[in-house]
Amino acid sequence: MGKTLLQKVWDLHTVRTLPTGQIQLFVGLHLIHEVTTPQAFDELRARGWKVARRDRTFGTTDHIIPTLSRKRPFLDPLAEDMLSALEKNTRDFNVPFFGLDSDRQGIVHVIGPELGLTQPGMTIACGDSHTSTHGAFGAVAFGIGTSQVRDVLASQCIAMEPLKVRRIRVTGQLPPGVYAKDVILEIIQRLGVGGGGGYAYEYAGDTIERMTMDERMTICNMSIEGGARVGYVNPDETTFAYLEGRQFAPKGDAFARAKAWWASIASDADAVYDDDIEIRAAELTPVVTWGVNPGQSIGIKDQVPGGATSGDLQSVTDALEYMQLRGGQSIEGLKVNVAFIGSCTNGRLSDLREAARVVQGRRVAPHVKALVVPGSASVHKAAEAEGLDRIFTAAGFEWRSAGCSMCLGMNPDKLEGDQVCVSSSNRNFKGRQGSPTGRTLLMSPAMVAAAAIAGEVTDVRTLLAGVPVGGPPSPSASARQA
Amino acid sequence: MEALRITHASGRGTPLRGEDIDTDRIMPARFLRSVTFEGLEAHVFVDDRAAAARAGATHPFDQPQYRGASILVVNRNFGCGSSREHAPQALKRLGITALVGESFSEIFFGNSTMIGLPCLTASPADVEALMSAIEADPAIKVQLDLVAGTGRAGALAFAVSMPPNVLDAFRTGAWDMTGLMLENYSEVDATAARLPYIKNFADA
Repeated sequence: MGKTLLQKVWDLHTVRTLPTGQIQLFVGLHLIHEVTTPQAFDELRARGWKVARRDRTFGTTDHIIPTLSRKRPFLDPLAEDMLSALEKNTRDFNVPFFGLDSDRQGIVHVIGPELGLTQPGMTIACGDSHTSTHGAFGAVAFGIGTSQVRDVLASQCIAMEPLKVRRIRVTGQLPPGVYAKDVILEIIQRLGVGGGGGYAYEYAGDTIERMTMDERMTICNMSIEGGARVGYVNPDETTFAYLEGRQFAPKGDAFARAKAWWASIASDADAVYDDDIEIRAAELTPVVTWGVNPGQSIGIKDQVPGGATSGDLQSVTDALEYMQLRGGQSIEGLKVNVAFIGSCTNGRLSDLREAARVVQGRRVAPHVKALVVPGSASVHKAAEAEGLDRIFTAAGFEWRSAGCSMCLGMNPDKLEGDQVCVSSSNRNFKGRQGSPTGRTLLMSPAMVAAAAIAGEVTDVRTLLAGVPVGGPPSPSASARQA
Repeated sequence: MEALRITHASGRGTPLRGEDIDTDRIMPARFLRSVTFEGLEAHVFVDDRAAAARAGATHPFDQPQYRGASILVVNRNFGCGSSREHAPQALKRLGITALVGESFSEIFFGNSTMIGLPCLTASPADVEALMSAIEADPAIKVQLDLVAGTGRAGALAFAVSMPPNVLDAFRTGAWDMTGLMLENYSEVDATAARLPYIKNFADA
């Protein structure tokens, strides 16, 4: 009987069964950032512990940093203290750190893959729930809290309960204007925001196999929004091609040997799954959230649920009230105030290219504040090299420097009052974008771009009609990286 | 750290109704801009509480009859979303000693376990009965026996559970894992040594 990738990686990294019965798992890569680590480092100091594997620990800063001006000290003294603490901690404990002055800084889940740190077959932990992103490479990657960050810093290990595996096969051709983001929002809508509890999600099927690494990262990123702490895609030639030549990827003969091992840890054809479901790509349309969790979504042409159509009245009623929506109304045509393109879900170069394709030659509606925040300094630079920044700024978008920005209310980029924000990020929780009454609608970056132009929620497929698929976003497209 | 065994929890309860209550609601991100967990208890559910007040209602955490309660009773998928440990840290600092709910998000559950805050699962019917019992008599004492897997509140008796391994950690005081995992460190080194990527695929 074959094994899943999860079982293989799990077995390989199992140190021992703890006296409690939990599994002590070796962590192959530990990524750290400013928000969830200061208390952990303080405890290391208090207990006289060192960082166990400085060679397997890397830090950057993303959550609290301003994206408009990086001038130090920050205007927010709390943010300044927090970044200073990480700078001191990484210095004192001698951990590699990609700070604000580094061209490798960025959102932790964007730079890990970019640098080739993220590799198939690894266990990866980070004090951030979107660590599931790294599963796109066939790693077993999961978010942890600060006490577990302390554990991993001190021991490079974590105590875990075994996970079941649910295979989600996405099959068929995605229609134009429908993206990886729509696929994962649809999966979460169908299985529920708590449906993945106790499971790792294995994303498979020909639709996933044809996806780029960026697209696979978007899918895996939001596993946690479906309640699955871990989501992964089996590594294949797309994975290997992405990794080749990256800074921390193996080189030369080692890369050839690595490829053979990476291929070997993919799920076996006869692996047995605890659950198995299929999603047909051809049936999907652009998806928009209408409520206060990522599972409360509908197709762009559908009506907001409510009243008789709802099976779960209280949560729907609460969400409608917060969002100031009526059951049965169209989501298309809802006026928007803010448009945000960025985040660890959709802040990569291909996301910006696709948004730019929608934006090119058009103008942001006058009443919309629109911003594009690249996921990393490297994405920022690459986008500028091919002229994407000029397309965005010419249309009236603000072009910012890399960070988590308006995905969460921890830095100066926030909603005000009950603004409606169309967002390429991952969470539409109450207050998520920094205003206790702010309203978030999650969608693909192309859909955000379309809404920014229209000034209201709109169907990107209409704007894409006549724009060549994958067509050059700018005259300087020849400068694109391979 | 001393082995602190946690086998029981008891006290008055607070019923907090609602599915999928996320950690952004428990502790909004703006309060994460601090290098310590101290003082977080002042901000628990702060935006939900303000929203309730604006709507002319009172959030359970502001209702005087629940002040000082130590058992938090919740519905399904409590603590979903962000991995911020600030959420259970704040609840614990507020004086919550155990949670009873239909289900908990995995990361929240793990974070709570790590700081000695047990999250016990009960059936939807029992959670509803417990919430109703507390609402009918807020002074009622909720008594939880983790090992026996039983709960009582006045005349109401119900079953509670947690995964056996986690229960064992609470029962033996081994919920603080770091020390355990630093024991026999040669085993950790041996595990690392057999991972091809640790040695740059030298003999993969």
